Amino acid sequence: MADPAIAQIEDLTFAYGRQPVLHGIDLDIPRGKVVAVMGQSGCGKTTLLRVIAAALLPTRGRARVLGQVTSDLDRDGLYALRRRMGMLYQFGALFTDMTVFDNVAFQMREHTNLPEDAIRDLVLLKLEAVGLRGAAPLMPAELSGGMARRVALARAIALDPELILYDEPFTGLDPIALGVIARLVRQLNDALGATAVIVTHDVAETLPLVDYVYFMADGRVVAQGTPAEVRRSGVPFVEQFVSGAIDGPVPFHYPAQGYGADLGLAGRA
Amino acid sequence: MRATLTHLGAMVTAGVWRLGYAARFFGYLLVHSATAFRRFGLTVREIYFAGVLSLIIILVSGLFVGMVLGLQGYDTLQRYGSSEALGVLVALSLVRELGPVVAGLLFASRAGSAITAEIGLMKATEQLSAMEMMAVDPVARVVAPRFWGGVISMPLLAALFSAMGIFGGYLVGVVLIGVDEGAFWSQMQDAVDVREDILNGVIKSVVFGFAVSLIAVFEGFDATPTAEGVSRATTRTVVTSSLAILALDFVLTALMFTGGN
Repeated sequence: MADPAIAQIEDLTFAYGRQPVLHGIDLDIPRGKVVAVMGQSGCGKTTLLRVIAAALLPTRGRARVLGQVTSDLDRDGLYALRRRMGMLYQFGALFTDMTVFDNVAFQMREHTNLPEDAIRDLVLLKLEAVGLRGAAPLMPAELSGGMARRVALARAIALDPELILYDEPFTGLDPIALGVIARLVRQLNDALGATAVIVTHDVAETLPLVDYVYFMADGRVVAQGTPAEVRRSGVPFVEQFVSGAIDGPVPFHYPAQGYGADLGLAGRA
Repeated sequence: MRATLTHLGAMVTAGVWRLGYAARFFGYLLVHSATAFRRFGLTVREIYFAGVLSLIIILVSGLFVGMVLGLQGYDTLQRYGSSEALGVLVALSLVRELGPVVAGLLFASRAGSAITAEIGLMKATEQLSAMEMMAVDPVARVVAPRFWGGVISMPLLAALFSAMGIFGGYLVGVVLIGVDEGAFWSQMQDAVDVREDILNGVIKSVVFGFAVSLIAVFEGFDATPTAEGVSRATTRTVVTSSLAILALDFVLTALMFTGGN
């Protein structure tokens, strides 16, 4: 990795109250790359994304994002940092009382002094990039799930962020919408010269798309590398996850006493 | 017994903690209210949603309350041969008490619950988180305009409620029953004092506006981000606001109208 990392996580531990979620995580997000963080539901990957977004601060360790240690920043510092990032939420999180146009224009109106004509041109440019210029006057309730996700993507790149964070961008989409979002993630990242972090458990769409992958389990990084490297890694968890095997390091059965004992058959011949 | 005491203690501690959190939230809200006034269009929009859209229920309720006051008041006053004092009874009842209190209760049910549900749903659908991630403070951008919209709307709604109630009393007393119109209005004009009655009523409605708006935005902002959580928060807004209005009304009435009134 010749380029310096845009985000560095060092010995990161995070807990919700007394409930530990992340344990001693070390990872780098290389500048200009599309990086995936994959793992089962509840493994801590979304929490890790929120730490990178400085929405959560480490309980122990350090998160350095865009050259800033997040735990050293005050409110103004955090907001200045976030103006250099974009985030796509799992279900879009569009503002339901605004049109598609106003959603994409929101940050421009809040953070710039651009005249309304310039904002209009920029918003149409962003919507054109996601193929939804014609949907500008619609309300979010009038959009399909895939369209809402694309509008949210246009909103996330409204101010040309250096770092774009994606929280489960492929969840709940039909195959066409899923393919469109996957292609847009890659194309927009390359066009903007940005860096992307994708948190997901969608193996089929993600591995062909990304440059680097971290696999997480139980709040720890268990494997990492390029998609080809992790496929060959031989780590049992990764193999089960990639192949979707029903049993393996992640067992099919939730821990319980013996089946016979539950049925009252213990001790019978 | 010990478990009951522990449970009771935990409830009291949680209640005190939440009260402290609400106080801190109120302080933060006041400090970050500049946006609500610098971009007053945001607040005007909320005045429309909280105030203008509550007009129908306020005006209709005011009319019926005034009409009932006219009927009940006449029935009592005519026994003592003082039916001309009907205008005074209707006006003082409305301006001092019923206007601010009933308008406040209706405002809590109609607008307070809507504010809580809207903010709670914005939280549940991650709209507030998204705003925070865009470096826009949701308290300044979403909460403060709704709070000040409510504070500004409430006294205006209470005034309209009272005016409509007096008109209802007039309809029943003068038009329907036949109380002397001149006596109805002139006695009212003589007896109702601007400072003692109207101003104190306005002060009450402003206090109720602060209380209901604060409870509504706080419950929405603090709602558990699920359908059930938003539903509970909305219910809490109506219940807490109603109790707060009645309790505050007693305290304010005790301070305003005792000794010489």
